[in-house]
Amino acid sequence: MSWIENRFEEGLIVTSLDWAINWGRSNSIWPMTFGLACCAIEMMAAGASRFDMDRFGAGAFRATPRQSDLMIVAGTVTYKMASRVKRLYNQMPEPKYVMAMGACTIGGGPYFKHGYHVVKGVDLIVPVDIYVPGCPPRPEALLEGLMRLQDKIRRQTRAKSPMTKLKKTALA
Amino acid sequence: MIPEDICNLIKARFPDAIEATVLDAARPYVQIKAESLVEVATFLRDDPSLRFNLLRSISSIDLLADNKLACAYDMMHVPTENRGDLLTTTRSFALRVVTDRDDPVIPSLAGVWRAADWHEREAFDLMGIRFSDHPDLRRILCPDDWVGHPLRKDYEFPLEYHGIPATTEYGLTNPRH
Repeated sequence: MSWIENRFEEGLIVTSLDWAINWGRSNSIWPMTFGLACCAIEMMAAGASRFDMDRFGAGAFRATPRQSDLMIVAGTVTYKMASRVKRLYNQMPEPKYVMAMGACTIGGGPYFKHGYHVVKGVDLIVPVDIYVPGCPPRPEALLEGLMRLQDKIRRQTRAKSPMTKLKKTALA
Repeated sequence: MIPEDICNLIKARFPDAIEATVLDAARPYVQIKAESLVEVATFLRDDPSLRFNLLRSISSIDLLADNKLACAYDMMHVPTENRGDLLTTTRSFALRVVTDRDDPVIPSLAGVWRAADWHEREAFDLMGIRFSDHPDLRRILCPDDWVGHPLRKDYEFPLEYHGIPATTEYGLTNPRH
């Protein structure tokens, strides 16, 4: 943006639309209050004052999917719960992100072999953006996952990818 | 009161009900016939020298080798008031009922101890024991449309549930408990 900078009066900032929107989105990720098992305890710790998720703008835990951007699936997802998880995901407004927290949500975890009732990974139900391993992950790990999600949001663009255009012309 | 005394009390009152007596185990119990279960349980609850006022748990046992299912009722007396006599000490005892594996029916104790209601629903859900005269015998943990009773030793894992694949390396075979 250098050719256009400093050409206007003071106090006017020029930036790209992508950068401005991504800056806003990545710094106000509102997670959903949605704990399923022991991982939720670590999620609460991450939200409390010692680790303070609010430093990243992600401390506003909403009690409804309609107001949240991020679903942290914190805990064992059973087959009975799977339909509810899917429904909550569908009720969230776009753009929405899913973080799979802990071994159970990544791939069934300790219930992979003998758990007749555990979904072997929440990515079988909803698309997952970030996987945070651990059993349960420490709050620092959850914050790390949150920062990686912020990186992911900052890389988003409103423009159509030139690669898709190339692919389309190549196929046509 | 030691387990022998409790056993003798039951024996004196219901001479035909007892099938077996195991008193040297860590948890002493008597095995009684299914048809006299409600009578014996009511007696254990109401007899002034026993007064088992708390049903601690109902465990269901899969005796696959004998083609039987069993229920163990773990009872406890909790003193409700301090009267300074022997009745104020806690004591525990257990009953056991063995039933046929192909048609497992045991009379319900929900009318004797209210706690038995959900315990029996759990035993029905996970082990498939049907409790006659139960007020509300539905599954309690698994979804209503679940197939089979998961804690039976010959249970076969589902390979998919409502479109969610459940195949694991163990899902294809019988789990060895």
